[in-house]
Amino acid sequence: MTTTTHTSDIAVEAEGLVKRFGATTALDGVDIAVPRGSVLGLLGPNGAGKTTAVRVLATLLAPDGGWARVDGHDVVSEPARVRESIGLTGQYASVDDALSGTQNLVMIGRLLDLSRRDARARARELLNWFDLTEAADRPARTYSGGMRRRLDLAASLVGRPSVIFLDEPTTGLDPSKRGDMWQVVRSLVSDGATVLLTTQYLDEADSLADAITVVDRGRVIAHDTPHALKRIVGGQTLTLRPTDPSRVEDAAAILADVAAARPESPRAGVLSVPVSGDDVMPDAVHRLSAAGIVVTELSLHLPSLDEAFLALTGTTTPREPLLMEVAA
Amino acid sequence: MTRAPSLDGRRFRAATPVLAMTAKPFPLARHSATLAWRSLVNTRRTPEALIDVTLQPVLFLLIFTYIFGGAIAHGSQHDYLQFLLPGLLGQSIALGGVAIGVNLSRDLEKGIFDRFRSLPIARSAPLVGAVLADVVRYTILTVVMLAFGYVLGFRAQTGILSVAAACLLGIAFALCLCWISVWIGMLARTSGAVQGITMLIVFPLSFGSNTFVDPSTLPGWLEWFANVNPLSQLVGAVRALLIGGPAGEHVLWTFVSMAALLVVFVPLALRAYGRRA
Repeated sequence: MTTTTHTSDIAVEAEGLVKRFGATTALDGVDIAVPRGSVLGLLGPNGAGKTTAVRVLATLLAPDGGWARVDGHDVVSEPARVRESIGLTGQYASVDDALSGTQNLVMIGRLLDLSRRDARARARELLNWFDLTEAADRPARTYSGGMRRRLDLAASLVGRPSVIFLDEPTTGLDPSKRGDMWQVVRSLVSDGATVLLTTQYLDEADSLADAITVVDRGRVIAHDTPHALKRIVGGQTLTLRPTDPSRVEDAAAILADVAAARPESPRAGVLSVPVSGDDVMPDAVHRLSAAGIVVTELSLHLPSLDEAFLALTGTTTPREPLLMEVAA
Repeated sequence: MTRAPSLDGRRFRAATPVLAMTAKPFPLARHSATLAWRSLVNTRRTPEALIDVTLQPVLFLLIFTYIFGGAIAHGSQHDYLQFLLPGLLGQSIALGGVAIGVNLSRDLEKGIFDRFRSLPIARSAPLVGAVLADVVRYTILTVVMLAFGYVLGFRAQTGILSVAAACLLGIAFALCLCWISVWIGMLARTSGAVQGITMLIVFPLSFGSNTFVDPSTLPGWLEWFANVNPLSQLVGAVRALLIGGPAGEHVLWTFVSMAALLVVFVPLALRAYGRRA
C-alpha cells in the first residue's frame, strides 16, 4: 500500500480489483489511477465491467479482491469517508419522479446535513446552473430525458464532491445535449474536481479525458493518453485523391513504391496507405508532381480512436453511436 | 443548458457556504425523517396509493358485516359488527403493509437507492424513513375504520382512553409487522413479485386467526395456529380495548410479538438490502 504522500495527487486509485457475480467475473484484476483534477475515461464495450468498476469505487459494491482508495480513503474499510467525497451520476437518471426539481435537490441537501435554508439556496443555485429554474417546481416525471440527466447530475453535485463518477453520462442524449454535458464536465474540472467517466463513445473519451483506460471483459487492456492510444495502432496513414480519376492507377503505383505497401481504396477515387517515417510525405509529393498527377486531397493522419479501439479489443466499436447519428 | 457553457466553474462552488460535515446529533433520525418526507410527497402526488387504507377496509367492512354477518352471528349483523371491526382492523393493518415492500422494490428498480447509498448516511435510513412515513397511512386506516364502523352502528363499549390505546397499539404493531414486507421488497427481483409473496403471507396470517371467528370453532391444528398467530394477539388486545374484556394478557403478548417481529425482520431486511447489488 502506498503512503499518504500519494493521496494528495492521486484522487482515485485501485489495484487488482476483482468482482464476481456467480460464475461471471465482471472485474478480473482492474487497476485504475486518476490524478487529482484530471478526467479519466473508462472506455469499453457493453459488459466490459465499466459500471461494476464505478459501483465498487462509489462503495455500492464490495470488491471480491484487490483494493481501492478514493480521496485517500479505502472503499471497504472507510466507506462513509469515501461517500463524503464523491458524487455519483448513474447510467439511468436516479431522481424521484414524484418530487419536483427543487424537492429532489433539497432532499439531497438535507441528507448531507445542510440546514433547510442552505439546502434551498444550494438547490436554487444548481437549478440555475443547469438551466432548470423554470421547471424547478414541476414533478421530475414531466421532465424530458435531457432535463432528467441534468437534474441527476445536479443532485450529485449538491455536496460539492471532490471526486465525481459519471457512468455513461450522455448515453441516450442527442448530440447537441452531449456537447452541453461535455461543457459541464470541463467546468467541473476547471473548478478542481476529479472526474472518472465511463463511456462507450470514443469521441467523448477523446474530447474530455486526459487519460483513457480501456477495459474489455473485466480486464484493463490499455491505459494511456488519447493521443498515445491512437499511436499504438501503428504508424500514420497517407490519403490522397487525384483530381483526374483516370490517374488513380498511376498514383497507386507511386504510393506503393514510396510506402513499400499496397495502397487501398477506401472510397472510389481515393487511395490510402499506411506509412512509417516522416520522409514519405515529401517523397510522395515529389514523385507525384514529377509524374504530372495533380491531387485535390492529400493528408497524413493518425488513426482514429475507433481504429485504436478495434485494434485493442478485437471487436467493432459500439453500435450506439451509429444509431444515434442515424437518429440525429 | 444552452447557457451552461458560458458559466465558469467557480459558480459551482462559490455562492453558498461550505457544506457542514460536522456531525450533528441523531443522524439516523434526521435522515430517516427527510426520507419519510420524500415518501409522503410521493403519497400526496399519487392519492390512489391510499385506496388500500381507505376504500378497501370500507368495502371489507360492508362485505363481512352484511354478507357473512348474518350467517356467522345467527342473524345479528350488529353483534357481528362489534366482533368484526377490531378483527378487520387487524387484517387491514396486515394488508396495508404490502404496499411498502412493493414501493421499496420499485425504488430499487429505478435506481434512486443508488443515490442514497452513495451518500454519507446510515444504510438503514431509506428503509426506516419509508416505515416512518407509513405512520400516516396507518393513522388514516384507523380513523377510516372507526368512523365508518360508527356509521354502520359500531359502538365502543369502553372509554376514550381505551379507544386511543387501541388505535396506538394498532399503529405501533403495524410498524413492526411491515418489516416482513420490507424484507420481501429487498429480496424479490421485481415489485410485482413482492405483491404476490406478501399476499401469500398476509392471507394465512389474517384468516388463520381470531379476526373473523372464534378460534374455538376451528379444527385443532388451526386453532393452535390461530392462538400463536401474532395478529391474533393484536386483535384480541384491540377487541378488549374497544368492546371490553380482559386486555392485559393480549396487550403483553402483542408487545412480545412486536419485539420478535423487529428482532427477526429488521436485521433480515437490512442484510437483504446490503446484498442487493
